[in-house]
Amino acid sequence: MAIFTEEQARAILTKCVALSKADECTAELTGSVDGNIRFALNNISTSGIVSNADLAVQVAFGKRVGTATINAFDDASLERVVRRAEELARLAPENPEFVPAVGKQAYRATPTFSQTTADITPEYRAKVAGDSIAACKAQKLIAAGFLQDGQSFVAFANSKGNFGYQRASGVDYTCTVRSEDGRGSGWVGRNVQDVGTFVPSTDIRTAARKAAGSVDARALEPGKYTVILEPAAAAGLIGFMFNFFGAREADEGRSFLSKKGGGNKLGEQVFDPRVNIYADPNHPDVPALPWDSEGLPRTRLQIVQNGKIANLDYSRYWAQKQGKPATPSPGNIIMEGGTKSTADLVRGTQKGILVTRTWYIRMVDPQTVLLTGLTRDGTFYIENGEIKYPLKNFRFNESPVIMLNNIDELGKPVRVKGDEGDTIMMLPPMRLRDFTFTSLSDAV
Amino acid sequence: MHRRDFLAATGLALGGGVLPSFLGRAIAAEELQSTIDVAVKKRLADAALNAAKSAGATYCDVRVGRYMRQFVITREANVQNVVNTESLGTGVRVIADGAWGFSATNEMTPEAVAKAAQLAVAIAKANAKTQTAPVQLAPTPGVGEVSWKTPIVKNAMTVPIKDKVDLLLGVNAAAQGAGANFVNSMLFLVNEQKYFASTDGSYIDQDVHRIWAPMTATAIDKTSGKFRTREGLSAPMGMGFEYLDGNAKDKFTSPNGVVNYGLSYDMKEDAIAAAKQAQAKLKAPSVKPGKYDLVLDPSHTWLTIHESVGHPLELDRVLGYEANYAGTSFVTLDKVRERFQYGSPSVNIVADKLQTGSLGAVGYDDEGVKTKKWDLIRDGKLVDLEAIRDQAKLLGKSASDGCCYADSWSSVQFQRMPNVSLEPGKTKQSVADMIGGVENGIYIVGDGSFSIDQQRYNAQFGGQLFYEIKNGKITQQIEDVAYQIRTPEFWNACVGVCDASDYRMGGSFFDGKGQPSQVSTVSHGSSTARFNGINVINTARSLG
Repeated sequence: MAIFTEEQARAILTKCVALSKADECTAELTGSVDGNIRFALNNISTSGIVSNADLAVQVAFGKRVGTATINAFDDASLERVVRRAEELARLAPENPEFVPAVGKQAYRATPTFSQTTADITPEYRAKVAGDSIAACKAQKLIAAGFLQDGQSFVAFANSKGNFGYQRASGVDYTCTVRSEDGRGSGWVGRNVQDVGTFVPSTDIRTAARKAAGSVDARALEPGKYTVILEPAAAAGLIGFMFNFFGAREADEGRSFLSKKGGGNKLGEQVFDPRVNIYADPNHPDVPALPWDSEGLPRTRLQIVQNGKIANLDYSRYWAQKQGKPATPSPGNIIMEGGTKSTADLVRGTQKGILVTRTWYIRMVDPQTVLLTGLTRDGTFYIENGEIKYPLKNFRFNESPVIMLNNIDELGKPVRVKGDEGDTIMMLPPMRLRDFTFTSLSDAV
Repeated sequence: MHRRDFLAATGLALGGGVLPSFLGRAIAAEELQSTIDVAVKKRLADAALNAAKSAGATYCDVRVGRYMRQFVITREANVQNVVNTESLGTGVRVIADGAWGFSATNEMTPEAVAKAAQLAVAIAKANAKTQTAPVQLAPTPGVGEVSWKTPIVKNAMTVPIKDKVDLLLGVNAAAQGAGANFVNSMLFLVNEQKYFASTDGSYIDQDVHRIWAPMTATAIDKTSGKFRTREGLSAPMGMGFEYLDGNAKDKFTSPNGVVNYGLSYDMKEDAIAAAKQAQAKLKAPSVKPGKYDLVLDPSHTWLTIHESVGHPLELDRVLGYEANYAGTSFVTLDKVRERFQYGSPSVNIVADKLQTGSLGAVGYDDEGVKTKKWDLIRDGKLVDLEAIRDQAKLLGKSASDGCCYADSWSSVQFQRMPNVSLEPGKTKQSVADMIGGVENGIYIVGDGSFSIDQQRYNAQFGGQLFYEIKNGKITQQIEDVAYQIRTPEFWNACVGVCDASDYRMGGSFFDGKGQPSQVSTVSHGSSTARFNGINVINTARSLG
């Protein structure tokens, strides 16, 4: 069994905590059932289901901490995992940054679980793959894609009486469609919590249209251009930047949010005044768990307000050291925008470049969060509000901080997940001035 | 979605101490030294092989895996975490009705693995219904009962935790004493105890060891708000704890005094140098963009080889199987047939799964194929790719290249990059000789930022240390350097490779590929090499 009920989880966790002789004990039980199907060259290549459940026990003697995990839940196993954690804690050196476990909290449940997603069958996965392939075959195109879905639960309890339990679910679909001669490529990505809102037939049409439409791409000189980043293209850059919102790194002088002369940029104008970003575990489109990794309850947290830094991420250790309140780590990122779709933004563009997807984004200089990466699977030239022709892909060297100071217009936010990041975000399509492309790529 | 991602996405972790589940369970340190009796593994394997055959499989392989890892993570005077993990289980792969099927279980009983084998056959038969062409495996002779072990001197798992902690805290103190404002250091230790059996008649027991000791020194100028880092110049290796002995004979000193490392690493010495060089970076002038002749140290070149040669020559990418994630390749089967001019005549690149000390070295790959060394690029011409058993026929080969790997007993093995290395030059040439011939160049040490497109044409690389070369002399340390390449032009701009006395390996501990994503480890060797007329950009920006 991988998914435990709240009562089952509570029984196991209570036993665990009671077994510990350490100064404090936290036990966490997690379980998941994940399914996936992969296809390429218009054939299903692999499919699988993985079920798993794990119990992790962390104990502390003073500032010495030990962690052990196990995937059996009988009484002997519970005893074994607790003793093993205690043994590791006794061997561990003192951690001067140790912070005791959080006390009893009142978490407010958030809507992270959807039964329709949990009910996905192997037949459903095969149908999504089959339909994606059939739609592409009919247009003499080649599909390669991946559908993954999962349901999970997490429950934890500690010796201070804190307890939490919640279930979650999610679906992620991506499909790359290429022309038979390899000269055109399109892509679509869709991330949903409730599979009932996923319409693969519409999504695959988008990818196929971009594949067919990107054949015969023309080269444009690299340089600074007005671009429209689709939300999926913006996700890789924006998501990357939020790895560097730690107060500690900023205070230590090694972050783009460090202030010249010392201290951090909390309260300072860092972005265009139209930039408003917050986290909210109750957002209906991107619900997140009601606690963070330290057990702090999540509530709506403004991160950027009118372009000013409204909150930095203060871990419990750093908050205590600095005499500040700790902030719960965000479970999602929500950037506000306007009402226009990507197509509306295109219609309002005199000259510019539409970017479907960004790829292989890496840090070049943490001082300015300068990132490099490439466009991929559908880059188009826009003139007088229309898409005129496909463009060869570009490499960019751009900082999301600079990018969010060059905003022309923001559209309506949609739910996205980056290629490599895990954070679920609401991001608007965005028209930006002076986006820096530094070279051309021959890759299709 | 993959569980690992899902946990991270939803913030399922307690108190900052719980492990990602893919690492398996946490165990006591002394358990890391134990092994499982081969007879027990053979019994499990036979149960799976027999069950698969009875259920109608025409082929079956079984991998009984015990994957052990230890992490020791420190910053300045603090030990942040010491973690021991074990992941144990059995993966069964079959061919039935011409299609692949796979199933895995963490229950170590003959009944459980037999059940997994039956499930794998059922999945194969279901997959066969949509399969257009049956799987064809290149023949691989059974090797009977054999074993292989990484030739280590000192099993890192037997070194007491206290010694490891003392080493890292000593390194941190040395770096801080030399001017680092912050320093992070860690040890990653891996032992894969892998047992492979197949219906071809192989029972292969392997004990694979790896070590990595990354370190970062950070220097800060609070007045200007500037900060710079210098990462360690070590490489992850297929070695034991002896890698950290710091033997003098394995040190390579450049003409301007930068010390690089071969098969032995002096972590404390490097930490002191890192602190000083990070401070120097704060004051180093910014590069003027333009065309330069680049002299690349092996601690840097490994990553360029990895991205622009290793990946594009993976046959599954060439064919389109990775199109939705890692991408395809600019290399085609036609380019192999036509002996495409990948590089200049100085460029000879080999795939090698035998190389001592490398991350990819094993006796047999994860489908029981005896490993080997083979040419990929000879005298600049593309001569071969990287293929496994079910791909060999596509290249007209009669046997697999032996480069199949799975990152866990619960993952399906698939084609992964072997060690791919640039051969040293045949003519005697030192680094000083090479730099002496450069009029306007940059000498780059260590790997930095890296990014490449989905067909492996356009890449951009940074580094750790950059030195200006003027008229044959290194003049000063510079900053804000990145170079951009188009793969074939770059390798055709290679005008020389230093001789074998300068040969060293670098490597990756976390090379990602596949959906669900799997990680692999791989080494890339070279001697210092020169590339003429490469486009260098300046990466300095201002946030106002």
